[in-house]
Amino acid sequence: MTIQISQLHKSFGQTEVLRGIDLTVADGELVALLGPSGSGKTTLLKIIAGLDWPDAGRLDVDGQDWLRLAAQDRRIGFVFQNYALFPHMTVRDNIAFGLTVRPRAERPGRAQIARKVDELLGFLQIEALGGRYPAQLSGGQRQRVALGRALAIEPTVLLLDEPFGALDAAVRRDLRRWLRGVHDATGTTTIFVTHDQEEAFELADRVVVMDHGRIQQIGDAATIHDAPATPFVADFMGATVALPVTVRGGSVAAPGVDASRVVAPGLPDGPARLFVRPEDLVPVPDPAGPWTVASISNTGSQLRLVLADASGAEVPADLRRRHPAAQGLSPGARVHLRPEAASVFPV
Amino acid sequence: MTRALLIGLAVVTTAIFVVVPLVYIFVQALGAGWSAYAANIMHPLTLHAIWMTTLVAVIVVPVTVAFGIGAAWLLSKFQFRGRGLLITLIELPFSISPIIAGICYLLLYGRQGWLGGFLARHDLDVLFALPGIVMVTMFVTTPFVVREVLPLMQAQGSDQEQAAVTLGASGWQLFRRVTLPNIRWALLYGAVLATARAVGEYGGVAIVSGSIRGKTNTLPLHVELLFNDLNAAGAFAAATVLTMIALVVLVAKTVLEHRR
Repeated sequence: MTIQISQLHKSFGQTEVLRGIDLTVADGELVALLGPSGSGKTTLLKIIAGLDWPDAGRLDVDGQDWLRLAAQDRRIGFVFQNYALFPHMTVRDNIAFGLTVRPRAERPGRAQIARKVDELLGFLQIEALGGRYPAQLSGGQRQRVALGRALAIEPTVLLLDEPFGALDAAVRRDLRRWLRGVHDATGTTTIFVTHDQEEAFELADRVVVMDHGRIQQIGDAATIHDAPATPFVADFMGATVALPVTVRGGSVAAPGVDASRVVAPGLPDGPARLFVRPEDLVPVPDPAGPWTVASISNTGSQLRLVLADASGAEVPADLRRRHPAAQGLSPGARVHLRPEAASVFPV
Repeated sequence: MTRALLIGLAVVTTAIFVVVPLVYIFVQALGAGWSAYAANIMHPLTLHAIWMTTLVAVIVVPVTVAFGIGAAWLLSKFQFRGRGLLITLIELPFSISPIIAGICYLLLYGRQGWLGGFLARHDLDVLFALPGIVMVTMFVTTPFVVREVLPLMQAQGSDQEQAAVTLGASGWQLFRRVTLPNIRWALLYGAVLATARAVGEYGGVAIVSGSIRGKTNTLPLHVELLFNDLNAAGAFAAATVLTMIALVVLVAKTVLEHRR
């Protein structure tokens, strides 16, 4: 199913949570909505599900206008953050729910439903749990049951809200790989929401970075990592050091900064900001440099430095301990800064 | 030492205030023997009072349950202006003496009341008849189910309902298969409390029923009338029926508290 979203707007009272979302998801694609809390990603997911309604905009799936379709009729599989399993039903009944509530004419027979549930229990690798109640399951098992319940109705689109949010790290990693396998086996168009970059990039074909109700960038891991489209994405992807610079003729300059390895093609001349990751910022010993090493802490493999200038501004820098530049760095040493890779945005 | 003293004190207090009076009811009722007790219970006026009380409970409790589910659902799933006020209003019967409700109904539906003329013209009996008793009892029992179900519904949120909707459930299937099973114990608990209250209500009912023997007399009113007649054995016999209902409620309540 191809999902086409255009100019979607949504406000809760005075707060705008979606400010013009345009997004197309291709048939069979696995897409992550990535962003901090309050970015609007969950609201967007709920609108696609029919659990919330936009103030303006369009949502078309395979050319059909879904905003005229109630949630019941969209046949989506929605997996909730806390799974929302029915506590009074066994795992089998939970998974079968979507089939048993169908109108009599479309409802599969009892034996057929049982067969389908068996098949899903096997597919999800939880054959032994069919008779248990949700309260008797671990977090990872609940997650699988929730997914099984959603898959039972053979959904047109699978939507997952922070699917691994409530799990511990080891289970998360396992389930992530497993979910990718489930997706590849079923080929269902899938959208999931997360605030975890690693999760988004490892799992998804494409990642949609959102902030403050807008899509900031759409792309794969390398694109978003190396060429962030906005200052927000740069910062969100870890380029947390922002230095004021000046652009002239496509090259970047600032006092005390050796920006020879940074290019800013096509950027207008004038003031700009340079975003760099602490690990891409190399302090180079320089008696005439305006920065001094304020503190150094040694984690064994890494040196964590804090550098300060005369105005009191401080920036962090992470350096491999065996890096050539690490020799001769001690508290009080004077340095200039050399960003190895950075993004530059006009102010 | 202090512990033993406190436990002893609790036991003695409970005995004096609860157990002794309860036992005394049965001692008095059975004092003249089983046959006298049976005759007192089987007295037509006593049987009628038992019937009236049962009838009132059978009408009132389902209405309270239906109202409770509806109100709790409305209050937990929607945010709207006046929501807080509505909660306060629903809980008002807890803090108002039932006598005041009785008097209000008397003034509203009585001969001289706002609606009295209308009712008289259409030959409708509210006061000193079943409808009045039912209405006052309803007033008194309204909060019980809401109070039990609302916090539970609020704690559960709407995720399960939303999940059911995305799976294609209709409104009725949603209620029948997801909402109701989730609240069933709290609901039953509230219904048990409401039943106890409906059966035992005295003050408000005393005002609107007129205590007409064989017509509008409920069991608590009947106990008092018999007592005023100096028919102590009859009064105590009727009181044992109320007591036994109370004991059944107590057991039901304890069982439900465990399941909840």
